[in-house]
Amino acid sequence: MQIRIRSPHEPQLSEVTPRAVYGRRREILRAGAAGLAWAGSGMAAAQAAGGSAGILRRPDAVPAAGQLSPLDATTSPLSTGEPATPYRDVTTYNNFSEFGTDKDDPARNAGSLKVRPWTVVVEGEVARARMFGIDELLKLAPLEERIYRLRCVEGWSMVIPWIGYPLSALIRQVQPTGNAKYIEFDTLADPKQMPGLRSSVLAWPYTEGLRLDEANHPLTLLTLGLYGETLPNQNGAPVRIVVPWKYGFKSGKSIVRIRFVEKQPVTSWNRTAPQEYGFYSNVNPRVAHPRWSQATERRIGEDGFLQRKRPTLMFNGYADQVASLYAGMDLRKQF
Amino acid sequence: MREWIFASSSDAAAARGTAAARGGLPGWVKPLVFALAMVPLARLFVLGFTDSLGANPVEFVTRSTGAWALIMLCATLAVTPLRRLTGWNPLIRLRRMLGLFSFFYAALHFAIFLWLEHWFDMVALFDDVLQRPFVTLGFVALLLMVPLALTSNQAMIRRLGRNWQALHRLVYVIAALAVLHFWWHKAGKNDIGEPLMYGAAIALLLLARLLPSGRRR
Repeated sequence: MQIRIRSPHEPQLSEVTPRAVYGRRREILRAGAAGLAWAGSGMAAAQAAGGSAGILRRPDAVPAAGQLSPLDATTSPLSTGEPATPYRDVTTYNNFSEFGTDKDDPARNAGSLKVRPWTVVVEGEVARARMFGIDELLKLAPLEERIYRLRCVEGWSMVIPWIGYPLSALIRQVQPTGNAKYIEFDTLADPKQMPGLRSSVLAWPYTEGLRLDEANHPLTLLTLGLYGETLPNQNGAPVRIVVPWKYGFKSGKSIVRIRFVEKQPVTSWNRTAPQEYGFYSNVNPRVAHPRWSQATERRIGEDGFLQRKRPTLMFNGYADQVASLYAGMDLRKQF
Repeated sequence: MREWIFASSSDAAAARGTAAARGGLPGWVKPLVFALAMVPLARLFVLGFTDSLGANPVEFVTRSTGAWALIMLCATLAVTPLRRLTGWNPLIRLRRMLGLFSFFYAALHFAIFLWLEHWFDMVALFDDVLQRPFVTLGFVALLLMVPLALTSNQAMIRRLGRNWQALHRLVYVIAALAVLHFWWHKAGKNDIGEPLMYGAAIALLLLARLLPSGRRR
């Protein structure tokens, strides 16, 4: 059993609008403008958006690239109580360079990604290197809904109800050897499915990595869905990694290969701009990006036009859980 | 040499609004160009009021106003080559308005940055301006536009005489800074297609000035 300790800077549940209503506030506002009673539309929205098991379901009217199926999951106590970012924003404002560099490119172009069949090769410094099919991954461990903050290095953030299980469940299966100190993971790089590969934005395939203890941390999620369904293509279908205390680009999408290695991997962004993107890339309001401050962030869908940006939290608000991983490190140097 | 690089005498005469330049521009052209130049701003208001600015509205309006400042700058720099190419001198009468629109969108771009990004937090603002070269470049470009905007009226043109033209050559520095500002903003992502496009357009417009003009008066 896990006991959830709320950080002092997190809002209390009693302070926030019920998620089901909140997630559809734009529709509700429009409905209000049309002369409908607030209470009536709010209740309708709550009914439409609320799932039976407390899982956040997407509002049905919003399309997503790719075929999505519902996923059953239990609500994890590691979830934040903050209101989830509206489904439309989560699925139309994406960085996924394989499908283009503009934020709306992935939603428009990722329909060409074929997510079945799909295999993930797990290899390197492990006793049992092997391949996992996507159906096997879906059943490897009980699915949990984890509502995490996501902080992009560009200065915006979201709250996303992911579905998945700890990456450590997969790691256990392959039994890392004593030489395994890091993992690196590759995103699919198929020019036939991914028009963005024609550009030289990055060295493909997109490679990210974690120290083994980071990979094994209970917060690190092997992610298969969001908002109660399998992942939309633009969000990294069919399987991705989510590391909520690091900038979003550390959370590799559409993973096809995981390698256990002895030396710190060279990641794609680190290779492209080493002075801007370090290996660790922990969310840290005190260490500025060379081209902008990281002290504040804009919560997408929530911090409206005329609102101040909110302060960014150390380790994206997960300091209580992860700060010990970095004890004794100079986080300015190891950024 | 001065003659054929800047065609200075005719430019200055045109800018002063002498007889050579006054004639020929139909009365409806200026209002039409003015209305067209307001469309990007009107569009932002329409998108804003219909909740269509996307997931990150502040980013949208920041980028949009920045892009339009650059486009208006390109249009301003295109006036002289176009005038030479077509031999239609009245075009020069659009240049001031286009230049002022470039300043207008650049000022909006900065106002959004000052207000919606920094909430008038001057410490944070100057931190950005001083520590982040891409912000510095944009800020300097805007500052350099101020004297040009202030001296764009007939009275100042007459008063400054020959110096007016020297002062207004700052526009070349401004254009270079603006493109660098955009390029640097995009550089981290290696996504320099758009800045390259503007850079090439401006380089072309400057090169066009180096060619001897076909028509001599």
